[in-house]
Amino acid sequence: MTTMFTPDHEWINIEDHEAAVVGITPHAQDALGDVVFVDLPEVGRTYKKGEVAGVVESVKAAADLYMPVEGEIVEVNEALRNDPALVNRDPMGNGWFFKVHVTHMEQFDELMDPPAYDKLLKTL
Amino acid sequence: MSAVVLQQTPLHGLHVELGAKMVEFAGYSMPVNFSDGIIAEHKHCRSAAALFDVSHMGQLRLLGDGAAKALESLVPMDIVDLGLHKQRYALFTNSQGGILDDLMVTRRESDLMLIVNAACKEADTRHLIHNISDRCTVVPMPERALLALQGPKAVKALARLNADVAKLVFMTGGAFRLAGADCFVTRSGYTGEDGFEISVPADDAVALAKALLKEPEVKPAGLGARDTLRLEAGLCLYGHDIDDKTTPVEAGLTWSIQKVRRPGGARAGHYPGAAAIEAQLATGAAIKRVGLTGLERMPVREGALLFDAKGHKLGHVTSGTLGPTVNVPIAMAYMAANHGGPHHEVYADVRGKKFPMRVSPMPFTPHKYHRG
Repeated sequence: MTTMFTPDHEWINIEDHEAAVVGITPHAQDALGDVVFVDLPEVGRTYKKGEVAGVVESVKAAADLYMPVEGEIVEVNEALRNDPALVNRDPMGNGWFFKVHVTHMEQFDELMDPPAYDKLLKTL
Repeated sequence: MSAVVLQQTPLHGLHVELGAKMVEFAGYSMPVNFSDGIIAEHKHCRSAAALFDVSHMGQLRLLGDGAAKALESLVPMDIVDLGLHKQRYALFTNSQGGILDDLMVTRRESDLMLIVNAACKEADTRHLIHNISDRCTVVPMPERALLALQGPKAVKALARLNADVAKLVFMTGGAFRLAGADCFVTRSGYTGEDGFEISVPADDAVALAKALLKEPEVKPAGLGARDTLRLEAGLCLYGHDIDDKTTPVEAGLTWSIQKVRRPGGARAGHYPGAAAIEAQLATGAAIKRVGLTGLERMPVREGALLFDAKGHKLGHVTSGTLGPTVNVPIAMAYMAANHGGPHHEVYADVRGKKFPMRVSPMPFTPHKYHRG
């Protein structure tokens, strides 16, 4: 399984653990509505698991972006600065937020695999 | 799950059928947006016509010869001289001059029709009954729904149902038959666009909404777009931009107090809080409501504190979003009156970071009312 999920409706793709990709799920973008601004973290900064690394702003609300696992930000999605609605159009793809160099691989085991996340969605 | 049972408007089933995202608002289950989303609904209203369900709002009638005079004892507005079929914006005030609610008043053949905010309607009804039911009859109208059709093409769409509605001008109303229903229509709204508000019997509301949605110009819109539209239009949201702690003068609503009710006028004073409001009319208020536009793209929302360049606190934001038409962050705020001049630069604190904003005249988008 290369994509895992958090209870906060974020996903992390861990194909490359030196640059694991983080975004929000289709459910999260749907709940937020039209995204108008994304406050991205600084490249080079390290965050602990669960720390707020950024904010996604829709027309009606702001939502924190949490670090799904501990790590250093190695890249942010610059395309979101000019086109934040990418998050709505392609949340699992071009609407990614940042890439993390993961240092604690074991933290992945605490995340949800796709069937577990699907199960969570069904309870909402 | 909340144990509170939400009230539903007569259009609830239609909203669900149309794919609305429903949220709680003022005790009602209301559509925040439909499948196109808030920005698309907002833009559709600015370019064509949007249909809003505002049936959660309170509709009341005041009956009797003394109704207008009686209502004047609760609002600092000229109601006695309000002409037949004319509509006027009004404010219920408290003894400190604070605003208990804002409302629309229309003089009809046999009554005054009031439209009040959903969250305030119980309190407003009690306020009216407690204070003036000895001089007029206060009749709530829960049996009626309220639709708003707003946008530059609203008149074209509505005139297909009844051509006579096109004769109305801004802030006037009349009785019209629409899709078989006896409606009372005013040419007014809460978006800054030309448009109509339609009071319709609850039993006829779904048929009328469906008839309007069949018109090619019309798409449904939810409370999300209603909020961004009214904010761009510089219109206050009760409970946010005005409340029982803000006076009409602080809120920049002195235009709504007619001369006849001001000091020196024939029916000056004699409403709750007249002394406080008259003092502010004479000398100005220490704080005032202003518009702000963001110089960066970060939306600045209700509660954000405002500072000058040196870090001195100047005030706080009461409403804010990214304006879909103007495409920059816009906000309303209360600020120290001496800092509220146009183009004054201030800094909004959002999550510990300072974002520059500029005091800007409102409305942020020009009003397009049909004044005839």
